[in-house]
Amino acid sequence: MAKVLMKGNEAIAEAAIRAGCRHYFGYPITPQTEVAAYMSKRMPKIGGTFLQAESEISAVNMVYGVASAGLRAMTSSSSPGVSLKQEGISYLAGCDLPALIVNVQRGGPGLGGIQPSQSDYFQATKGGGHGDYHLIVLAPASVQEMADLTVKAFDLADKYRMPAMLLADGTMGQMMEPVELPEPAEYKPDKPWTVTGTENRREHNIVNSLYLVPEQLEQKNLERYEKYASVEKNEVMYEEYMTDDADICVVAFGIAARVSKNAITEARKRGIKAGLIRPITLWPFPSGVIRKTADKVKGFISVELSMGQMIEDIRLAEECKKPVTLCSRVGGMIPSPEEVLNAIIKMEGGEN
Amino acid sequence: MYTQILIAGFGGQGILFAGKVLAYKGLEEDRQISWLPSYGPEMRGGTANCSVIISDTPVGSPIVSNPDILIAMNLPSLDKYEDAAVPGAQLFIDSFLIERKVARTDVKAHYIPATKIARDLGLPTLANMIILGKVIKETGVVSMDGLKEALSKTVSAKHADLIDANLKAIEAGYNYAE
Amino acid sequence: MAVVFKKPEALTDAPLHYCPGCTHGIIHRLVAEAIDDLGILGRTVGVAPVGCAVMSYDYFSCDMVEAAHGRAPAVATGLKRAMPDRIIFTYQGDGDLASIGMAETVHAATRNENITVIFVNNAIYGMTGGQMAPTSLPGQVTQTSPYGRDVKTVGYPIKVCELLSALDAPYYIERVAVNNVKNVLAAKKAINRAFRNQIEGKGFSLIEVISSCPTNWGMTPDNALKWIDTDMIPYYPLGVYRDKSKEAE
Repeated sequence: MAKVLMKGNEAIAEAAIRAGCRHYFGYPITPQTEVAAYMSKRMPKIGGTFLQAESEISAVNMVYGVASAGLRAMTSSSSPGVSLKQEGISYLAGCDLPALIVNVQRGGPGLGGIQPSQSDYFQATKGGGHGDYHLIVLAPASVQEMADLTVKAFDLADKYRMPAMLLADGTMGQMMEPVELPEPAEYKPDKPWTVTGTENRREHNIVNSLYLVPEQLEQKNLERYEKYASVEKNEVMYEEYMTDDADICVVAFGIAARVSKNAITEARKRGIKAGLIRPITLWPFPSGVIRKTADKVKGFISVELSMGQMIEDIRLAEECKKPVTLCSRVGGMIPSPEEVLNAIIKMEGGEN
Repeated sequence: MYTQILIAGFGGQGILFAGKVLAYKGLEEDRQISWLPSYGPEMRGGTANCSVIISDTPVGSPIVSNPDILIAMNLPSLDKYEDAAVPGAQLFIDSFLIERKVARTDVKAHYIPATKIARDLGLPTLANMIILGKVIKETGVVSMDGLKEALSKTVSAKHADLIDANLKAIEAGYNYAE
Repeated sequence: MAVVFKKPEALTDAPLHYCPGCTHGIIHRLVAEAIDDLGILGRTVGVAPVGCAVMSYDYFSCDMVEAAHGRAPAVATGLKRAMPDRIIFTYQGDGDLASIGMAETVHAATRNENITVIFVNNAIYGMTGGQMAPTSLPGQVTQTSPYGRDVKTVGYPIKVCELLSALDAPYYIERVAVNNVKNVLAAKKAINRAFRNQIEGKGFSLIEVISSCPTNWGMTPDNALKWIDTDMIPYYPLGVYRDKSKEAE
């Protein structure tokens, strides 16, 4: 299929439709509104549902309703709106419901700003709502990945019966790049647990997260964590860029990874062997490759659009074998390739 | 070639649109492309800018901080970005709206009274295309061949009647002699 | 021997946990009878609230979803949009529907979402032990209004039927009670009607059912039923607040 130029936000929407999603619920917020706008144009023409909900809270609960019926549903928002969705996300996790939540991040906390950010990393990867749970968190670094990982998120959510999040940022949402859209696939749910009506042929199904008997609730949590263990074992995704001979390993995702690639190219020109590990799944986090890399590099540089969130996972992964420094800008600012290069030069010079 | 282009001006001058025309043309030429707008309230009347990268190798950061080509459609944009351009960069100035000259001597400045040319042609909203024509002429970042196809993808279907006007404006800019 | 009274098919065999004298049981039965009467058990999906009726998912034998507090109309919207041929109802208390979930309620109503809402108003938070509800009466003593609901500081009770009937969209809104035989029969008719409206694709129907809470009102079941007559109904008059089938004529 020929490549087309699309905004990242639009690529998410079109890819979701091609993945068989026919139910979208959203609420306007910059910088993700194009997802809703695109859905509002397309869904009525293909017999799908676009509904502008009265709130982010309602939107995610409408998703919960559709997911209970076994169909693919999604909502999208940006940071402050995703905070509002956390209640619903916890319920989705507690009911083992597959669904897609998109966060096109902007600066925070509070109302923050509207420029790109990655400061919802903790919220996305550590369970932003109450209770013990995880989301599958995918971090696109191109418009192509905005499309591809949307499809992947739906597939993984269904495979493991758990909500998935696409964690993008304002740059990814707003930029246009050539994208080859996935082939449309018809989605045929095969989910015996859904509430589609008993047809008087079976016992009633219940979608529920309430367990008043502690032993039962504990058991539910244990089972869920077995499932999480298998996600961690099977679904880690990352990209390695020039790490084979690297002395210095940059770790970055999304827009920060793209800036870092420019810096690494520049560093190599100056004879500094820098490389990049780009986590594509933020949960499960690619701890294995970082642990392995720790044996051969001088240290790691975490490049983030936050005050240093992913850096904690890097340190946990490499078990403090090597120094890890932070190179970051926040509040909607993006580190320049020069800033990343300086961090690389500093580490090369032995300064940590 | 890895060409970083920054287009800047007032909201409403068609800054983002000019970037899109370049991006679509680049795509048609099988180049690697990225297009990144400034977004937010500035879309409605403030300053707007747009980063476009056209390259033969994969695009890294889509943010253009140090342009090879700078298009300045108003004075604040020239003030803001003149120093950011790389040495040897080409700067395209709407000299009808910007009275001062480029101060740097290590860049090549082109002065085009784009807004006036557009008005004289009866295409007052297409100063962006006038200046784009000059950019194509002077830099060859994309070619003029097949520009109509790129325009037809950029212009929304309900404004398809404006494709020819856009083309005319680009040609006028292309043929403008400083 | 002819069977003259039996448990509706739409109820499971699970024993209800409700307090003695609570009228939730009656309302469950009326909902179940409506589902049976209309022959829709196999294609009905219910949404349970957070509150005393949270475990209604165990009591209704149709498929059930348990919603977050107040979100039942949003969840029902998702279910209905996903399965337009299914019959979707919510069963919600006053705190769930009229306090934390007011936005969901109003907006489902104004979309004329084709769902059936059973709204149980007993003027108190029962599950958590008797706190002031959005529908607690002026002067009503509760755990969190120990000196009586002071309308000067906490405002007046919300009259849900009156409020929603100010909207153009909703199809059917009626307030009923279940404190005596006559009222129960009227309530049965109303609940039936609300499900029938959905089957016919008419849109949003809400039945507010004035219910008792002897435990948290601190009354005998008998006195609680009387209090509905003397105090609740004068504040919350029974009747049809919106009936678009009449307007159409």
